[in-house]
Amino acid sequence: MKSLVKKSETLLSVESKIKNPKSKIPGAHVALFAALLMAGGVAFFAGRIDPYHLDVLTNIGINVILAVSLNLVNGHTGQFSLGHAGFMSVGAYLSAAVTLHFVPKLFGEDGGGTLATGALFLAALLTGGLASALAGLLVGIPSLRLRGDYLAIVTLGFGQIIVVMFQNLEPLGGALGLNGIPPYTTVFWVLAFAALTVFTIGCLVRSTYGRGFLAVRDDEVAAAAIGLDTTRYKIVAFVVGAFFAGIAGGLYAHFRLTITPGGFDFTKSIEIVVMVILGGMGNTLGVILAAVLLTLLPEVLRPVAEYRMILYSFLLIMLMLVRPQGLFNFKPGKAKP
Amino acid sequence: MLSVANLSVSYGAINAVDGVSFAVPAGAIVTLIGGNGAGKTTTLRALSGLLRTRGGSITFDGADLTRLPPHEIVARGLGHVPEGRMIFANLTVDENLAMGAYLQHDRQRIAENRDYVFGIFPRLKERLRQSAGTLSGGEQQMLAIGRALMGSPKFLMLDEPSLGLAPRLVGTIFEKIQEINRSHGLTILLVEQNARLALEVSSHAHVLETGRVVMSGPSAELRADPRLKAAYLGG
Repeated sequence: MKSLVKKSETLLSVESKIKNPKSKIPGAHVALFAALLMAGGVAFFAGRIDPYHLDVLTNIGINVILAVSLNLVNGHTGQFSLGHAGFMSVGAYLSAAVTLHFVPKLFGEDGGGTLATGALFLAALLTGGLASALAGLLVGIPSLRLRGDYLAIVTLGFGQIIVVMFQNLEPLGGALGLNGIPPYTTVFWVLAFAALTVFTIGCLVRSTYGRGFLAVRDDEVAAAAIGLDTTRYKIVAFVVGAFFAGIAGGLYAHFRLTITPGGFDFTKSIEIVVMVILGGMGNTLGVILAAVLLTLLPEVLRPVAEYRMILYSFLLIMLMLVRPQGLFNFKPGKAKP
Repeated sequence: MLSVANLSVSYGAINAVDGVSFAVPAGAIVTLIGGNGAGKTTTLRALSGLLRTRGGSITFDGADLTRLPPHEIVARGLGHVPEGRMIFANLTVDENLAMGAYLQHDRQRIAENRDYVFGIFPRLKERLRQSAGTLSGGEQQMLAIGRALMGSPKFLMLDEPSLGLAPRLVGTIFEKIQEINRSHGLTILLVEQNARLALEVSSHAHVLETGRVVMSGPSAELRADPRLKAAYLGG
């Protein structure tokens, strides 16, 4: 836990390490404010919006958090992780355990006021996020010495281990999972956290400290040769990515109200990786749009019923063939050094 | 300034560098020459901590560097321009230079270093906002050297700066290397396949073959050595 605290100090010092203010995105704070305002607006009119549309919007928000946080690891830092669903499950289980444990004790039968439940939910989400970040640290320290395919396999293994662990943890419901999770997730929470994720990771990679992530991706040897502690960068990326995946997991748990270990298996990890690749590795806007598109696509394809997944897969293949550089990547082709 | 004693580095069971010893006096340009697989790049990477040594010691300014991680070695003033340039292709020229100053915290010093780099390579100043991957080979080499200079090194290691460059550019780059050495008294350890050129600019040279030093001496003497002439200078 001590080293985790150290990591968060690293993050806090990021702001003060911004040496070149020109490299900051113009109006990032304005964008965050606008996004939060929008989240508030949508929440305000939530009563008049079709519940189905609200559900889709919630799914989109959760997927944006997952994709943007994985993008920090896979896209910006260039480390191929296949275990994002594993981190998500840590956050989902931990936060659900917190609310399930404390809601009856604190609020009894009446369910508590909006403010009290909101505070408890926030605490539960943060617990889930921090636990997930800790898991990221534990997996990251031994495995981030590996590169490329090897790292992918180790993270894949981690994802599977987590699923099996939750399946066998009886206090957390075992294979049946957790049920009766209070429905705390609203569209406001999800959109607010999505905005916060995009903002935090955007500022992180645009800071001078954060350029190190890109340097590690572009050339690890050169990055080490000019004095970057590359392992530390990879671990920070892993821990921050895992933290937001944990938050997304918590939001997911309090949205679905039932979680089972099977919901966080390998296919979920792949789904997130596909969003990152389709959006264009390291291209935040592209990844957000890809997350939106890939969440909407199965919904739009509902009318074709049993052909849905075939069509979905077919579209994915087509997209990859037509735009291998990422669907929303409009920069000129990357030159190789 | 730098002394290497009995350095050994292996990749698995293969000894790439096998008991290499040499010294680099302050202010000099010393070169390591030799063919492919002689262990030149491996030696440099071991010096900057990118590879773990199997045996021997590396002493720099009286301090033992042998087991230090790369970032601590850079912090002590050992700069490394890696083989094949290895610039950060997706960052701009400006950002590449800023990354070079990663361990520097004195703003004034960083600004001075930038001016110094632009003085040597005015071309970089013209290309500041350009993505580094779109630079020409020569410009990328300039950027790689400039990036290393941003870290205020006392000692600069250059790995094959002539690699893949047009002959005219090779001349320019070597002139700049000599200029850096003369104007700033920066000590340079140069690894080159182009032995003729390396012997021209350096004061001392060590010839590596399959991981061992087979010949050492003042560059002027080695240039005249018939064995070296036959093996590396084309008669």
